Amino acid sequence: MSDLLAVTPNGLYCAAGDFYIDPWRRVQRAVITHAHADHARPGSDRYLCAAPGKHVLRTRMGSTAVIDTLRYGEPTTMSGVEVSLHPAGHLLGAAQVRVSHRGETWVVTGDYKLQADPTCEPFEPVRCDVFVTESTFGLPVYRWPEPAAVAAEINAWWQANAAAGRTSVLLAYALGKAQRLAALLEPTIGPIYAHGAVMKLVEAYRASGVRLPPIDRVPPRSRRVGGGKGLVIAPPSAAGTSWLGRFGETATAMASGWMLLRGVRRRRALAKGFILSDHVDYPDLMRAVELSGASRVLVTHGFSDVVARLLRERGLAADVLQTRFVGEATPDDTDSDDDEAGP
Amino acid sequence: MRHFSELYWRLDGTTSTNEKVAALKDYFAAVPPEDAACGLTVLCGAKQLRAVPMKLLREWAAEAAGLPLWLLEECYAHVGDLAETLALVLPETFPTEPQAFEQPAADSFSLSQCLAETVRGLKGRSDVEKRQVVEATWRRLAPRERIVWHKLLTGGCRVGVSRTLVARALSELSGLEPAVIAERMMAATIETAEDFQQLLSPEPTAADGLRPYPFFLASPLEAEPDALGEVTDWQAEWKWDGMRAQVVRRAAGVTIWSRGEERMTDAFPEIVAAAEQLPPGTVLDGELLAARPECLLPFAMLSRRASRKRVTKKLLADIPAVFVAYDLLETAGADLRALPLSQRRHQLLDLLPVAFDRPPEPRGGGTAAGDCPGPEGQLFHSPLVVGRSWEELRQLRAEARRRGVEGLMLKRLGSPYAHGRPRGDWWKWKIEPLEIDAVLHYAQAGHGRRAGLHTDYTLGVWDGDELVTVAKAYSGLSDKELVEVDKIIRATTVQRHGPVRVVEPTLVFQLAFENVSRSTRHKSGIAVRFPRIQRWRRDKQPRDAATLADLEALLAQAAGRAHHEGTKDTKKSSS
Ligand SMILES: [Zn+2]
Ligand SMILES: [Zn+2]
Repeated sequence: MSDLLAVTPNGLYCAAGDFYIDPWRRVQRAVITHAHADHARPGSDRYLCAAPGKHVLRTRMGSTAVIDTLRYGEPTTMSGVEVSLHPAGHLLGAAQVRVSHRGETWVVTGDYKLQADPTCEPFEPVRCDVFVTESTFGLPVYRWPEPAAVAAEINAWWQANAAAGRTSVLLAYALGKAQRLAALLEPTIGPIYAHGAVMKLVEAYRASGVRLPPIDRVPPRSRRVGGGKGLVIAPPSAAGTSWLGRFGETATAMASGWMLLRGVRRRRALAKGFILSDHVDYPDLMRAVELSGASRVLVTHGFSDVVARLLRERGLAADVLQTRFVGEATPDDTDSDDDEAGP
Repeated sequence: MRHFSELYWRLDGTTSTNEKVAALKDYFAAVPPEDAACGLTVLCGAKQLRAVPMKLLREWAAEAAGLPLWLLEECYAHVGDLAETLALVLPETFPTEPQAFEQPAADSFSLSQCLAETVRGLKGRSDVEKRQVVEATWRRLAPRERIVWHKLLTGGCRVGVSRTLVARALSELSGLEPAVIAERMMAATIETAEDFQQLLSPEPTAADGLRPYPFFLASPLEAEPDALGEVTDWQAEWKWDGMRAQVVRRAAGVTIWSRGEERMTDAFPEIVAAAEQLPPGTVLDGELLAARPECLLPFAMLSRRASRKRVTKKLLADIPAVFVAYDLLETAGADLRALPLSQRRHQLLDLLPVAFDRPPEPRGGGTAAGDCPGPEGQLFHSPLVVGRSWEELRQLRAEARRRGVEGLMLKRLGSPYAHGRPRGDWWKWKIEPLEIDAVLHYAQAGHGRRAGLHTDYTLGVWDGDELVTVAKAYSGLSDKELVEVDKIIRATTVQRHGPVRVVEPTLVFQLAFENVSRSTRHKSGIAVRFPRIQRWRRDKQPRDAATLADLEALLAQAAGRAHHEGTKDTKKSSS
C-alpha cells in the first residue's frame, strides 16, 4: 500500500484527497501550514489555511488569490479524505495539518514551537500514526531560554541604550518574529518603529485581532527618529545598509534561535544577540514526537538525518522526508523571513 | 573563575579597543595578584597544558548529557568549537547528590585555584580521577564559565587581545609607561603574585636586565612603491626567509628572543657564543637563518633546528645557524630607538662590519651572489640592496625567488625604531606568489566567527580523472562568498566522514602560494608553502583546473634552486 502523503515534483501530495501541503509549484489545491515564503508560494488555484491566518496569507499571496479557511479543529473532507488544521504555535494562523483516511492518521507540523507566544494560539498536540516534523534546530545544543527571561533582557538592553541616547535596532524576520517581539516590548521605555516590510504585517496582525503596542512606520528619508530613545524593528537584510543611517547613533541586536551560537554572533558582528526562535528546540522536538504517539516519524527541514537516526535508535520507524528545494538550514540568509533560512 | 570568565566574554563581545582596555583594567583591578598573574599568562597566549584529552572530555560530556557520542560529534561539527559544544549540551544544573560535600560559591573559586586544582593538578592522575575532578567542576561552574574552563582544560584558551593592549591596560592601571610594561612582559615569566607585583613595580627590576625591545613590524606593501616618494629616502634590504629575532647582550648574559616573544637562547648556542664577544649593553634586531658558508639552507631546516630542545653536535654541524642583523637598538647600554635608521645603521656597521651573502644553492649557479663561498662566522649585518630608482628595485625584487628570499624590505631612512605595526615607515614588498586553479575536494566547518560555515577547504588538482589533494586553505573569500560557497558545499556533498564533507568537484579557486616542495602530507606528493585562496573562479569549469603535471613543472623549476627538500613546514615568524 502506498503512503497517504508522498513527495512529488510539485511538493507533498495526498493522492487519495488530491491536494498538496505547502507545494513549491502551482497546483490546484494547496493546504498551507503558514505564510512564510518557503511554505506558501503564490499562483495556485485554491488555498486552504486556518482562519486566523487568512489576513497574513492574503498579504503574501495577493488580493486575487482564492483563500478558503477552516477554524482550528474543524474537520473537512477532500475527496473522502478527512482534513483538519490545528495550532502549530509558530506564528499567527500557523497550522499543523491532520490528514486521516481509512483509519490511518498523519500529521504534518509545518513549522512549530511549544513555547509561549502572545501573538498566536499555543501548539496543540495531535495524536497520529505518522508524524511529519520539521527539525530546523534538531540538535541537542539548541535549548531555548524562557521567553519571559529573553523579553526582560531585550527591554533592559533597550532601556540602557535609551539612557545613553542610542537608538536600538532590533533585527528580526518580518513575519512572526517581529510581531512576537513587539508584543514582548515594554512600550513605556520609548517609541517603537518598524521597517515598512514589518509594518505591513503588523497591520495584518491587527486586522486579525492581535493586540500589539503602538508602532510607527519609519518615515521615509527623515532624520533623527525617536530622539535616541526609540526602538526600530527591522528585517535582518537592513543590517549595515544606509537605511539605518537616519537613526544617528544605534545599537544593533538580532533576535533569532541562531544567536545561541557564539560564532554566528561574531560573524554577524553583532554585539548583542537574543535567543528567540519560533521553531522547536531539541527537547521540545523530542517531546512533540512523544506527544504525537506516532510509531513512524518523517523528518524534514533542517537536521533531518541526525534526528531520524536518533529516533531510530530510540525504537521508532523514522526517516528523512526528502523534499526538493529545501536544503539544510544554513545560518546566513538575511532575505528569508524565517529562522529556517539559517543563522 | 567568575572574573576571568566575565573578562573573556567582555573581550569576546566587543571590537572596540577602548572597551577591551576597559575590560582588562576592570579585571586586573578586581582580582588578587596571583589571579592577575594567571590571567595575564593566558591572555598573552602562553603555551597551555592539555590536562585532559579532547576525546575523553567528549565522552564524559556525552554521558553526562545522556547523548550518544555520534550525536555529540554532529553537534561539534555544527558549532565548530568543542568547549562551546560541551557547555551547550551539558545539563544546566546537575542534580545534587545527597552526600555531596559543601561547595563554595562559584565566585570564590578563583582562576589560580581553578587552574591549580582542575588543570595543572590533573597532571599524572588517572583517567578515573580526572573524570571525578571534571564532573565536580561542571557542578561548580555556570554554563558561561564552563566554556572558558573547557578551553583552559584542553589547552586552547585564546583571547582576541594583543599584548600591546594588555600592556596599555596595565600601564593605565599602574601609571608606568606602556613600553616599560611591554618590555618587562617580554623579559620575565609572570606566574606568581610576586611576579605580577614586580611587573607593575615603579622600581627597576631584575627582568629589566634581560629584556628585549618590542619588535617593530613591517606592513605589507600592497600598491607599487612609487607612491612612497623619493627612492633616495628609503633603504632596501632582502627580506630573508628565516625567523625574526633580537639578540640581547647585557652584563647578565645573552638572550635570544623570537618575535613571538619566546626565548630561543638554548636552540642557538653558536649565536650565543658569538654574541658574548659583543660589548655588554648591545641589542640587535635581525633574522636567524640556517646557512653553511657555501649556501643558504631552506626555512624548513631552520624550523627543524629551532624546534629541538637539545641541540646535538650533529645538528649543529648539519644545520648551522647565523644571525643577520637589520638594526641596532642598544649600544653601550644606551637606547638608540629614537635615532633615525640611517644613524643606527651606521653604528651597526661599526659593530658588525661583515655583510651576509650566500648563494641560495651550493657551488654557485651563476647567480648574482657569485660563486665563492660566503665568509665564516655567525653574526653579520644584512646588506643593502641598492637601486637608483623604484624601477631598478623592482627588477632586483624579481630575482628574489631565485635568491631564496621573500622579497624586499623598504625602510624610511629617517625612521625611528617604533613599537608594534604602525604603518608608513617600514614595508615588506613581497614577490608575487605562484598561482594555480584548484578544485574543492573536501570541506569542513570553520571555527570562531566561521563556526557552522564550511570554510576550511582542501583543494585538489587533476591526476587523470582523479582529484589529488594539494593544499588546505582557509581564507581569501569575502563573508558573502563564504556563505554562498557553504550552501553549494551542503548541496553537493557526496559523502560525510564526521565533520569532513567530500563534495562533487564543482568549485574552482585560484590558489596562491610561495613555493612548492615534495611532501607526503598530501596525496599529490607535493606541498605548497603558505597556500591561500585568492579568488573564486566562477568563470572556470572544474576540468579547466590545474593538473598534477602543472605542479610537477613548478616543482622542477624550484628544484633548480633548492637541493634540500623541505620536510615539515612549520609556522615561521616573518617581519
Ligand atoms: Zn516558518
Ligand atoms: Zn519552514
